[in-house]
Amino acid sequence: MIPELGHFALIIALGMSLLLAVVPLWGSWAGNFAAMRTAPSLAIGVCVFCGISFACLATSFLQDDFSVRVVASNSNSLLPPVYKFSAVWGNHEGSLLLWVLILSFWLAAVATFSRGLPTVMLARVLAVMGAIAVGFLSFSLFTSNPFARLLPGVPSDGNDLNPLLQDPGLIIHPPLLYMGYVGFSVAFAFAVAALLGGRLDAAWARWSRPWTNVAWAFLSLGIMLGSWWAYYELGWGGWWFWDPVENASFMPWLAGTALVHSLAVTEKRGLFKSWTVLLAIFAFSLSLLGTFLVRSGVLTSVHAFAADPARGLFILVFLAIVVGGSLTLYALRAPAVRSRIAFSVLSRETLLLVNNVVFLVATLTVLFGTLFPLLMDALGQGKYSVGPPYFNAVFVPLMALLVPFMGIGPISRWRDDSHHRWLSRLAIPGFIVGVLAIALPFTAAQGFNVWVALAVLLAGWIVAGLAADFRERWARSASFPRALARQTPSYWGMVLAHTGFAAVIVGTVATSQYSVERDLRMEPGDSETLAGYSFHFDETLRVRGPNYLADAARFSVSRDQQEVATLVAEKRRYLATGSVMTEAAIDGGLFRDLYVAMGEPVGDDGAWAIRLHYKPMVRWMWLGALMMGCGGLLTIFDRRYRRQRVAQESVTTHGAPA
Amino acid sequence: MAMHPARRQRLWIVLSIVVFSSAAVGLATYALRGNINLFYPPKAVAAGEAPLDTQIRVGGMVVDGSVKRADDSLRVQFTVTDYAATVEVVYEGILPDLFAEGEGVVASGRLDANGMLRADEVLAKHDENYMPPEVAEALEQGASVDVQPGALGEKTL
Repeated sequence: MIPELGHFALIIALGMSLLLAVVPLWGSWAGNFAAMRTAPSLAIGVCVFCGISFACLATSFLQDDFSVRVVASNSNSLLPPVYKFSAVWGNHEGSLLLWVLILSFWLAAVATFSRGLPTVMLARVLAVMGAIAVGFLSFSLFTSNPFARLLPGVPSDGNDLNPLLQDPGLIIHPPLLYMGYVGFSVAFAFAVAALLGGRLDAAWARWSRPWTNVAWAFLSLGIMLGSWWAYYELGWGGWWFWDPVENASFMPWLAGTALVHSLAVTEKRGLFKSWTVLLAIFAFSLSLLGTFLVRSGVLTSVHAFAADPARGLFILVFLAIVVGGSLTLYALRAPAVRSRIAFSVLSRETLLLVNNVVFLVATLTVLFGTLFPLLMDALGQGKYSVGPPYFNAVFVPLMALLVPFMGIGPISRWRDDSHHRWLSRLAIPGFIVGVLAIALPFTAAQGFNVWVALAVLLAGWIVAGLAADFRERWARSASFPRALARQTPSYWGMVLAHTGFAAVIVGTVATSQYSVERDLRMEPGDSETLAGYSFHFDETLRVRGPNYLADAARFSVSRDQQEVATLVAEKRRYLATGSVMTEAAIDGGLFRDLYVAMGEPVGDDGAWAIRLHYKPMVRWMWLGALMMGCGGLLTIFDRRYRRQRVAQESVTTHGAPA
Repeated sequence: MAMHPARRQRLWIVLSIVVFSSAAVGLATYALRGNINLFYPPKAVAAGEAPLDTQIRVGGMVVDGSVKRADDSLRVQFTVTDYAATVEVVYEGILPDLFAEGEGVVASGRLDANGMLRADEVLAKHDENYMPPEVAEALEQGASVDVQPGALGEKTL
């Protein structure tokens, strides 16, 4: 009964989103305000019914209703309840339902928090998002129905969730990532609505900005969690593989980063309007492309649940409609919204333009590397794979190129600036950073390393720019606390995000350069010293978990005769599927991680293949990404966005809406 | 040269974008040349179509009973088949969790003069039901040419 209820709710949601896509849009065409005003209620209705549908599927999982096909294939009565819940999106059908649910959250959020928008604008934005919802709801209903039953022949128990997905990180990674992915649909909807109305102005950018920032922040956090999960769960200590599916989430992030910055220019200066619209379309198209790559099974990856050509074709057609339609609209309408505002070569506008070009080129090179194997395969040229060396060779120099401009960014002025001013503000901090960059790597256990020095230089340069800017702000205030209190949330968001970026640079380079990794054959009693840490293999144990049995290896780690940590790595065999999984043991710290993972037993005398890692500063990367995400979220508390809402409300109450 | 400031500015922007993107394209092409590798099914390797001492990928099923481990190191040797031909693979290191005899695998490395693949990376499938597409295709083609797959491994497609 419950699955049928869920199925029915999903059908109602589809019906309502169809209405949402058609009625308000027709209203905005015909000038019918009653039709336009239906949009927020319909949006909330879609959200309610998607919520009911999702709750029904979750209930089926929690109640072990193995007559539902996805439950039977992805859950098991022994599975701990929290993983039964996360198993809802640990499969193709359920993760698509999550996609739709999150889209409906965004719909409801826009409907609730944008009451201050002109009625026509809000109607158009919600209608565009409604159309996207129609696409995905029909995808879910017609090609991947999560409520399909296995009748007759209900299995007595389920197949279990893939053990790799039985992890706390995986409970929140997909929802966060989808919040980001799908969040760009809001920026997209605002862009398309503005094109439909032919009015792109600072107000449009101001409406669109907080939504874009939040989506970007969620995407940052989602990608960070994915990387962290890969690090401790996949059992080989890597944190980024340039896997096609990682790239699928990374490309919208790169385009989104460009969008966040170009929106700033559009809001503050009324420039780059057409460009910003194009970026919004681009970012959302990449989200859709990512969904296609992941969901169609054309790629070899952890995330490819199952291959089904019909599903791939559906998303491909949908992608073509969205991209083709929005670009056609852009071609027809964009010339009407072109702006002519001058700025000099040395100005904040130029620096942000550099940001945009770098991020766009980075997106395109990643896109190229990701699609190259598909392209060659389609042309019958053979099955290629493009490995991490390609992406590193292209991506790292691009980011390095970006940083010099990023340091100047905060102190630069709009419209017109001078290099004398930049020089006077940054010469001394720059010099200090240069000295630090040479000095700091000497303090590392492994000694001086030129790449680490360069990373410190780049990261320090970013921080130096922020510091120089804050000094100027301080000078304009009466006292230091007053200077702190006077700055806006937008400003602090920027500072946090940029500092986070600096931390990511230091973390990635230090861990890539200084890591020590060793795969060994070890017996209980053996010791191995790595970067000054002595790993002693104490004993092997047998461990019993709720739904698995495991061999465990206990290691005590010491340094200079002092006990540092006890690490217990496991090799688990899950009872339902019999699949084997490595559970690494990690002693984490701000400056170094110690990592032990078990391979397979070697020989007959109790020896194991053991992987030992010493990873310095690897956590800076995730910490940095966390700071970027929080920075993005912080910006929405800016009073500027609220004030505009109040002003809008007073307009709508006192006079006729535009 | 008298040029309208707005035009000159636009020229600068366009020029820098052109220079910058061509640099990026150059970089990408250069990086791509050394870092892509082609997939060869065992049949193609046996026929001598795969280049020696070049990074390639070979995939298929691990033949039952072919996995041999050294006692004193992490060296492991196994045979990969597409049911039409086989390739010997040597690897030193930790194999992925889902590596097993009779299961699909992709090894990347270089072929030596004896036709043995010296692998520096071995990838197995990520979950029970999933088969890397290139392996599935290679097995399909291999099997259509040759005999019963059951002869080589108990698990068949």
